[in-house]
Amino acid sequence: MPNQEEIYQKVSATLVEALNVEEEEIKPTSTLQGDLGAESIDFLDIVFRLEREFGIKIPRNELFPESIFQGDPEFVQNGKVTPKGLDELRQKMPFADIAKFEQNPELTAIGDLFTVEMITKYIEGKLGAKV
Amino acid sequence: MRWIWIDRFLNFERGKSARAIKKLSLAEEYFEQHLPGYPIMPACFILEGLAQTGGILVGEANDFKEKVVLAKITSARFHKEAVAGETLLYDVELLTLRPEGASIVGKVFSIPPGSDEPNADPLAEAEIFFAHLDKSRSQQLFGDHNFVFSGELKHLLGLAKASAQRTDG
Repeated sequence: MPNQEEIYQKVSATLVEALNVEEEEIKPTSTLQGDLGAESIDFLDIVFRLEREFGIKIPRNELFPESIFQGDPEFVQNGKVTPKGLDELRQKMPFADIAKFEQNPELTAIGDLFTVEMITKYIEGKLGAKV
Repeated sequence: MRWIWIDRFLNFERGKSARAIKKLSLAEEYFEQHLPGYPIMPACFILEGLAQTGGILVGEANDFKEKVVLAKITSARFHKEAVAGETLLYDVELLTLRPEGASIVGKVFSIPPGSDEPNADPLAEAEIFFAHLDKSRSQQLFGDHNFVFSGELKHLLGLAKASAQRTDG
């Protein structure tokens, strides 16, 4: 079973192929959209590649949920994610760094949850790898 | 101009792979302008042929029920020019097929005029990613009609079957 570093290296290589970026550009904290220029269709491509690379199944909306809140006012008010919305995020995306997002939970910044580190943690969980 | 960039399927293995052929004739319109005096097939048309071969492979895997659209050319490399008089072979393999979309990897080989054998090295290679249009959204926009596989593209497979029967018979 690969360790965290090996998983990170493979995730990084996957992103190099999917997003046509240089390996040096990729850091654990890099956001897929903001830093690495991913567009919506790239997320699906990344999922396909991760499945092949790691031999796992990634159900739709598990790694990159498309619309967690679905316009529910209990989850989002005045452009900010509510405490209930944050709980929903924690439940749906236990592998994401919600603590950082919580400091300024603007809905528009939700894409910043999608980082290289997040994918690595998700894969770790899937493979049952030990840190 | 007809937007069909393959002449016929030679092999078709459902959900796995396909091989299509395209003969390049100097009578084709684009050769006149690309390039005057030096007729080579534009690289984007080579890619379109590969995408059509792959797109039909992907569409047929779901009995043409999905609207398969080219979403992304993940990578494409062109090693050699395609010249009038040559024949192109499009070899495509299905990498992934999921409800949301599919990806294929393909190689294009050229058969020089007067030869039956393709060159060993590919003329071009690419990885192509297709999306299935979201069912509910595309139905709103386009109705039930599958505009991707409406006519000639789908007909190509039938043509391959018909010609195989003719050869057998």
